[in-house]
Amino acid sequence: METLEPILAQHPFLKGLDAKYLKLIVGCASNVVFQAGEFIFRTGENADHFYIVRQGKIVIETYSPIKGPITIHTRQQGEVLGWSWLVPPYKWRFDARALELTRAIALDGKCLRSKLEEDHDLGYELMKRFTLIIAERLEATRLQLLDIYGDNT
Amino acid sequence: MATTLEKIKEGLDRSQPWMPNLFRVERIRKETYDTFTFDLETSDGAGCAFQPGQFNMLYIYGVGEVPISISGDPKNSRTLVHTIRAVGTVTKNMRQLKRGDLVGVRGPFGRPWPVEDAKGHDVIIVAGGIGLAPLRPVIYHLLAHREQYGKIILHYGARTPDDILFRQELETWRARFDFDVQVTVDRSTGSWQGNVGVVTLLIPKATFDPLQTIAMVCGPEIMMRFTVLELLKRDLTEENIFLSGERNMKCGIGHCGHCQFGHLFVCNDGPVFRYSDTADLFKKREI
Repeated sequence: METLEPILAQHPFLKGLDAKYLKLIVGCASNVVFQAGEFIFRTGENADHFYIVRQGKIVIETYSPIKGPITIHTRQQGEVLGWSWLVPPYKWRFDARALELTRAIALDGKCLRSKLEEDHDLGYELMKRFTLIIAERLEATRLQLLDIYGDNT
Repeated sequence: MATTLEKIKEGLDRSQPWMPNLFRVERIRKETYDTFTFDLETSDGAGCAFQPGQFNMLYIYGVGEVPISISGDPKNSRTLVHTIRAVGTVTKNMRQLKRGDLVGVRGPFGRPWPVEDAKGHDVIIVAGGIGLAPLRPVIYHLLAHREQYGKIILHYGARTPDDILFRQELETWRARFDFDVQVTVDRSTGSWQGNVGVVTLLIPKATFDPLQTIAMVCGPEIMMRFTVLELLKRDLTEENIFLSGERNMKCGIGHCGHCQFGHLFVCNDGPVFRYSDTADLFKKREI
């Protein structure tokens, strides 16, 4: 049976990961499809997965009763979505919704969390990789906040 | 003795770079709520040849003079096209101009984008906000000589969907099979279904050969700094990254010193700089 291993092994996020760890991660992976407009997760729900986007576009948003949905950023093919599964209390802080037909690989964070606790080498390796993503998002958010195309910069 | 204005009216005299030549406003287009484009022509149709990346000093009589990059097609030297954001006294006055009004033009000045050096290379163009205007002549040039270049990629970031410049043209370019155009906005509004996030986030996803790629970057200085970091992460060399600098240009010919940038004058040594020549200057807040 064909597994997700070759796809995950080639993805930049997991590239170079020790084969035994990759196998372990593949065991927590499944293919998922979201239709345009479908919510992938909602604020406050349990954050038990993260996603590697294979195709399509996802919007990360929050909701204001006055303004309606407010887009924070978009994620698309090749990108990793979600890191709340790593941070207690493991609840989503924002909504994620498919803007178009989206295919992704879902990784079971609940299953992974226990494996990371058991094997700290794997835990450190994944933490390093997620730190890069978190740092990139933080930098991008700071730039967004600077409003660099406004009159004052 | 003839007055300056009379001398100007006598016709073009390019031997005197401090003397404005008279151009007539032929057409004005509103691009966004604060940005407009106007086409300028001389009465004799002589026009003005320029290279992508060069700028002119535009003068409204009795108001003042400002440096504005040329945003038109270098193949069409008859018409000078400038895209202007109305932010200061002169540019706000320029927005009030009508067809037939006269504008003084000195130029073109400055070092252009390296379209010759880029031949045979992939080209990634990264533009932020009004920074797309000085890069549009490059795009015209690359597409007119498409067979001479490898991949051509445009990453354009704007503040909101309403701030996107040259929207129709962007859509036309995006429809081409030989031009990878990605647009993103910092803040989404209305029914926008495109990318949301800063322009630097597009760079990790682009496919190009880093050892054979020339990058041309124009936008606010902060945006350019972070863009360079992303390009270096993708293994581009500092020698292959070009930026367009902006300072308070006055004379346009490197005499007055207003646009001094370390040991360089932006009007004369720039506005397009090779990053490897200016990396230290871009990092210094005192300059």
